[in-house]
Amino acid sequence: MLLITCPWCGVREEHEFACGGEAHIVRPLDSHTLDDAEWADYVFMRRNPKGVQYERWVHNDGCRRWFNMARHTVSHEILAIYKVGEPKPEFEG
Amino acid sequence: MSGRLKSGGAIDRDEVLRFHFDDREYFGHPGDTLASALLANGVRLMGRSFKYHRPRGLLAAGAEEPNALVRLRSGRAAEPNLRATMVELYDGLVAESQNRWPTLRFDVGEVNSLFAPLFPAGFYYKTFMWPASAWKHYEWAIRRFAGLGRAPEPGDPDVYEHRHAHCDVLVIGGGPAGLAAARRATRAGARVILVDEGAAFGGSLRGNGQAIDDAPGLDWVADVVADIEAAADAVALPRTTAIGYHDHNYVTLLERVGDHLPRPESGQPRRRLWKVRARRVVLATGAIERPMVLADNDRPGVMLASAVQSYLNRQAVKVGERVAITTNNDSAYDVAVQLKAAGVAVPALIDLREEVAPALAERLAAQGIELLLARAVVQVHGKYGVKGVDVMRLAPDGERVSGEVRRLDCDALAMSGGWNPTVHLFSQSGGRLAFDETLGAFLPGTGGQPAAVVGAAAGRFDLAACLADGDAAGLAALEAAGITRKGRMPQGPAAEASTAGTPPRNLWQVPTGPGKAATAKRFVDLQNDVTASDLALAAREGYRSIEHVKRYTTTGMGTDQGKTSNVNALGIVAGTLGQEISAVGTTTFRPPYTPATFGAIAGRHTGLNLDPIRRTPMQAWHEAHGAVFEPVGQWLRPRYYPRAGEDMAAAVNREVKATRTSLGLLDATTLGKIDIQGQDAAEFLNRIYTNGWKRLGVGRCRYGLMLHEDGMVFDDGVTARLGENHFHMTTTSGNAGAVLSWLESWLQTEWPELRVYCNSVTEQSAVAGVSGPNARLLMESLGGDLDFSPEAFPFMTWQDGTLAGLPARVFRVSFTGELSYEINVAASLGTALWETLMRAGAAWDITPFGTEAMHVLRAEVGFIIVGQETDGTVTPIDLGLEAMVSGAKDFIGKRSLARADTARGNRRQLVGLLPEDPYLVVPEGAQIVERAGMAPPVPMIGHVTSSYFSPNLGQAFAMALVEGGGARHGETVQVCWDGRSAPAKLCPPKFLDPDGSRARA
Amino acid sequence: MTKYSLLSLVRNAGRGHRDWREAWRSPEPKPSYDALIIGGGGHGLATAYYLASEHGLTNIAVLEKGWIGGGNTGRNTTIIRSNYLEDASSRLYDHAVDLWEGLSRELNFNVMFSQRGVMNLAHNEHDVRELRRRVHANQLNGVDAEWLWRDEVQAFCPVLNCDPAARYPILGATLQRRAGVARHDAVAWGYARGADRRGVDVVENCEVTGFIIRNGEVRGVETTRGEIRAPKIGVVTAGHSSVMATMAGLRLPIESHPLQALVSEPIKPILDTVVMSNAVHVYVSQSDKGELVIGAGADLYNSYAQRGSFPVIEETVRALVELFPFTSRLSMLRSWGGIVDICPDASPIISKTPVRGLYFNCGWGTGGFKATPGSGWVFAHTMARDEPHSLNAPFTIERFHSGALVAEHGAAAVAH
Repeated sequence: MLLITCPWCGVREEHEFACGGEAHIVRPLDSHTLDDAEWADYVFMRRNPKGVQYERWVHNDGCRRWFNMARHTVSHEILAIYKVGEPKPEFEG
Repeated sequence: MSGRLKSGGAIDRDEVLRFHFDDREYFGHPGDTLASALLANGVRLMGRSFKYHRPRGLLAAGAEEPNALVRLRSGRAAEPNLRATMVELYDGLVAESQNRWPTLRFDVGEVNSLFAPLFPAGFYYKTFMWPASAWKHYEWAIRRFAGLGRAPEPGDPDVYEHRHAHCDVLVIGGGPAGLAAARRATRAGARVILVDEGAAFGGSLRGNGQAIDDAPGLDWVADVVADIEAAADAVALPRTTAIGYHDHNYVTLLERVGDHLPRPESGQPRRRLWKVRARRVVLATGAIERPMVLADNDRPGVMLASAVQSYLNRQAVKVGERVAITTNNDSAYDVAVQLKAAGVAVPALIDLREEVAPALAERLAAQGIELLLARAVVQVHGKYGVKGVDVMRLAPDGERVSGEVRRLDCDALAMSGGWNPTVHLFSQSGGRLAFDETLGAFLPGTGGQPAAVVGAAAGRFDLAACLADGDAAGLAALEAAGITRKGRMPQGPAAEASTAGTPPRNLWQVPTGPGKAATAKRFVDLQNDVTASDLALAAREGYRSIEHVKRYTTTGMGTDQGKTSNVNALGIVAGTLGQEISAVGTTTFRPPYTPATFGAIAGRHTGLNLDPIRRTPMQAWHEAHGAVFEPVGQWLRPRYYPRAGEDMAAAVNREVKATRTSLGLLDATTLGKIDIQGQDAAEFLNRIYTNGWKRLGVGRCRYGLMLHEDGMVFDDGVTARLGENHFHMTTTSGNAGAVLSWLESWLQTEWPELRVYCNSVTEQSAVAGVSGPNARLLMESLGGDLDFSPEAFPFMTWQDGTLAGLPARVFRVSFTGELSYEINVAASLGTALWETLMRAGAAWDITPFGTEAMHVLRAEVGFIIVGQETDGTVTPIDLGLEAMVSGAKDFIGKRSLARADTARGNRRQLVGLLPEDPYLVVPEGAQIVERAGMAPPVPMIGHVTSSYFSPNLGQAFAMALVEGGGARHGETVQVCWDGRSAPAKLCPPKFLDPDGSRARA
Repeated sequence: MTKYSLLSLVRNAGRGHRDWREAWRSPEPKPSYDALIIGGGGHGLATAYYLASEHGLTNIAVLEKGWIGGGNTGRNTTIIRSNYLEDASSRLYDHAVDLWEGLSRELNFNVMFSQRGVMNLAHNEHDVRELRRRVHANQLNGVDAEWLWRDEVQAFCPVLNCDPAARYPILGATLQRRAGVARHDAVAWGYARGADRRGVDVVENCEVTGFIIRNGEVRGVETTRGEIRAPKIGVVTAGHSSVMATMAGLRLPIESHPLQALVSEPIKPILDTVVMSNAVHVYVSQSDKGELVIGAGADLYNSYAQRGSFPVIEETVRALVELFPFTSRLSMLRSWGGIVDICPDASPIISKTPVRGLYFNCGWGTGGFKATPGSGWVFAHTMARDEPHSLNAPFTIERFHSGALVAEHGAAAVAH
């Protein structure tokens, strides 16, 4: 079970949180100009990397704030936690 | 014959405990395990093996025991498959043997042994295929032969609990290394948790009598434990097994709180599951001795040397009168000497090695014990107990035995095939294992989590080294946890370092002897009856990965999870394939380390505590008035309120009729309520809902639909504008949490520029829905400052005011299609409001109605329920709600509506359905086809989403999703279910008051 | 190759079982083949088997990075059923059940398909409506399905807690009698042996590290054992599908999650059917060895580690003890995790790709084992003919563009 440092509440157990999947997917503003495949790429297609994944989490049973996490999907090591809007840290892998 | 010695051991001879095993009465003492007590009573036959039903006795003295599995206690308190070695004796204990019929001594299942040549590894994959229909009969028989104990009866009389804990250092294993680590950390003031699976601390020191700091080792153990118990932030837990090592140093412990007692103490659980988050973990889990794979090594009386030693020193039990010993390493020499000192004859110590250190040989000679070097035991005699062993010379290559067969008379054989460090938890933590050729065992390698592996678990067996190791790990843990040392550091404990020994001779199987011994079974996995030849067969058949071998032969898959067999199996497979052990693969270790009681994992979350029950403030009233409840999410909602003699249909009809003709009352508290504020609140709703929100006037309400980004309806509800920048959103009861998360995710991650704040206010207010043509009369009768005239309080508006003296917010919205008011008051006033309404409404025969009547009422006027008319595949257009889809703005899910398949004209669309038989309520979920009597596969064109009898219409009616249904009103289709079908006519999904005038009255 | 039978077992018993030959060879990979299958799980091996047996393609190889059947094939709870809601799904899975029924004899390897029935429990009115909808659809599709009310559920499975006063009482259940369980490892071994006998090279310890693609056409793969050329390549790598897709420059609508399972200690026979519940979330059957085989839920975050978090186990065990109160004093023997490839509509992708000659079979999520024979059969057809069979035509990648999803989670309300 992961131990997650909420940027607002501090260190908390995983079960207080929910994972919202891949981060840094920007909703297209001009969706009417996209064809079906381009729109599907936004709605459905995901990187799903084996390695470092940048993902969204929410402290559901706490402050209800969303934040971003860089986490290794094999070791489950949390490499970074950063607030929405903060720059994405770069990691190898 | 095994039995009790006159003196010695950590047992209390003054107290006698009575117990039963298989209906016979025996006696033992405090300090005994069931295993030691049976041995003390001369009982050696304790179980039957899984496959061949061979008679079996004890192999071990600890958690690794594969053979002596018993069913403890009886009836609802029974627990199968317990290792007798881990069952502490208490007065009145009742145990029985397993997997035998009719008795342990005479077991019909033993007939399997006769057919053993037909049952090699994986035989079942090669047969039982003919005829095809017969497998169920074969399987029936196989299942009855398999299995171990019988399941207990339901109704566990005990309770279990969970405890969360945080600590600086979690020390797993209370042997010398673990104690040294715990002592160091405790003295520096760290928060320490020390656990040991045994009934007492000390580990190997309990069984071998070694000295520390020039005093008996157990004195040092007592000192350390007393220190920990005295410390404010440290705890020492005996009878506690670390069962799982999860991510980020999260470790689960299973404490056996009441198992050693006839019943748990009052108010105490039987077992307690600890969930520990540790900054640092010290794994001092020791090592487990390996058996030797030799002919008939499963006979009762063949035991691990360490077990023989443990029974001798802990419980003063000798496992036999004459105990032969065979070993490949130095550790068994102490056992020989101690046995002899206790008056047990040791006919010989048979060492596989060509030579040993002179000091060892001299120790044996001094005791008059014969040492046989370069010899091996090639056969064990005796079926229900050892009667002797055959010894032969072992060739230097280990492949053959030769020379004369020498028979040694003995009634027990102690064996040591080397030691396996207990690396299970390290492996679970994500650490990689490395095979050590010298030890012939896996050692902790790289990786893993913030933990140190110390002592025998790290392959260090010398006491002095273990103590130093533990002490250093304690220090390192302090540093890692950021605890500064205070004052002068005490010295670490010291013990005499042992002289350099001779490395073990790792021989994974003893070659077979001549004659009968050549075909005798050499067991590797005793519980699952896997032999050396089974493993060789698997390798020959191409099952080369150790995982294939395990799965094909079942080696290591028993309740002991291969604690004594895995490495031997690996060695044999590698030998057969001519490969290095590391090339064959490492075994993977999965939680739990030892079997973990389901009840303990469930804890208190059973029965009605499985999930919290959410109750509205009016729940007590509903219960007192006989409501029948249904679960809706975590809520329990009144489904209907039957009166004497009424069934559900009668009650629902009465409630529906009353509401439509006079006055009904609904507890609507469970609807999700979200308070939305901020200068961009209207813009936000505009993006979330399909329809427009910017021009909604303050004081007004509007119905909205939310879609997921895939264009499918996700939730609906009425939202009111409380102020320019303030909205009150309602959601479906079951979806309230999901909707709030949904709103927050968009606000926080996609549109952080919007100034909007959301809060759940579901439980802040109680809501009573008043519905029916007399609703206005009731409201006016309550007294207060609100004007309920249609002009002053029109449909789809809200007002704050006082109602019967209660501060209230009233929404004039309607889900029943009748004139309705939803009255919100503070939750604490819910019952007062409800009772006031019931009293005041008596004049109009006010009728409380439940969810079922609500469903009928809303369906009569064609309102949908999300999750009933929709299932995640339905768009607003499919529902006939095109008018709610704004063309002027973007909203979540809009682009998906234009996709090729989603924009198709003949999608399933919402229609009304009138069965030709007006009294036939077709089942919800019935399928719709074009015509009756077709053979499968029958093309289905839709399904029934809602179906009721309407007392107002005087007939049954339904709603359905039907392909192209919007253009097919008036056509007849067939409704199909359970082999039946009935004709029904498609119609618009509005059955009553199509222009909605009743709600607007 | 020796035919497996009682007779051959008796004959070999007389010779100390020394004459059994290897079930499949361990060949060195050749530099080129007519087709390659990446992934030696049940689906991949079945694909190879049917390519050889149904389409005459025998100069082919299965490349497995570890040991065959070591992924989800050897980690699942072995439930086999075909009572799916959508027409496309029920046809595909029912075709698989048809193949299961003859599989032991087809492969001459006993996969122990045990048709002991599968029940899906309903705990509230919503469950009842949606599960009955599924039963009615199944019946019209010719898939066997029955609806049982509570008393019938209790009679069919006496050890189930059918107390009407339970927190989430059982109201009824669907029953598919043809459904059941099978021996998972045997499926991989049986297909490997059958494919090997037809000339297919099953290459273990051979990891694919890249694709060779020229002009939009696949030419071969780079592996840890060298370059291997082939004009047709089928990728059947379950949890690792996104990794393979990324290597080929494709994007998939798939996310990999850990899915956990556990077994109890073995006990004498007590549960004679398979019980699945969504609301009280657990799946339970009893193996022939006596262990209760228990399926848990998936973790909510992406992971390629074959382990999940403990709260998921706790929730599963609560459900187990609630539905089967006798288990309170039994013990969990072993737990483990697999990596499942989950598609947004909970249906698989069995499809051509924009790269010519490259095919993907993935997205089976938590329910792939049951489809093994059917999946291999249609994928072999798709690869051999370069066009889908009618059974898998709806399961394209392009359905995510058009919106023609095969929605199996929303309506069925049953995790697979």
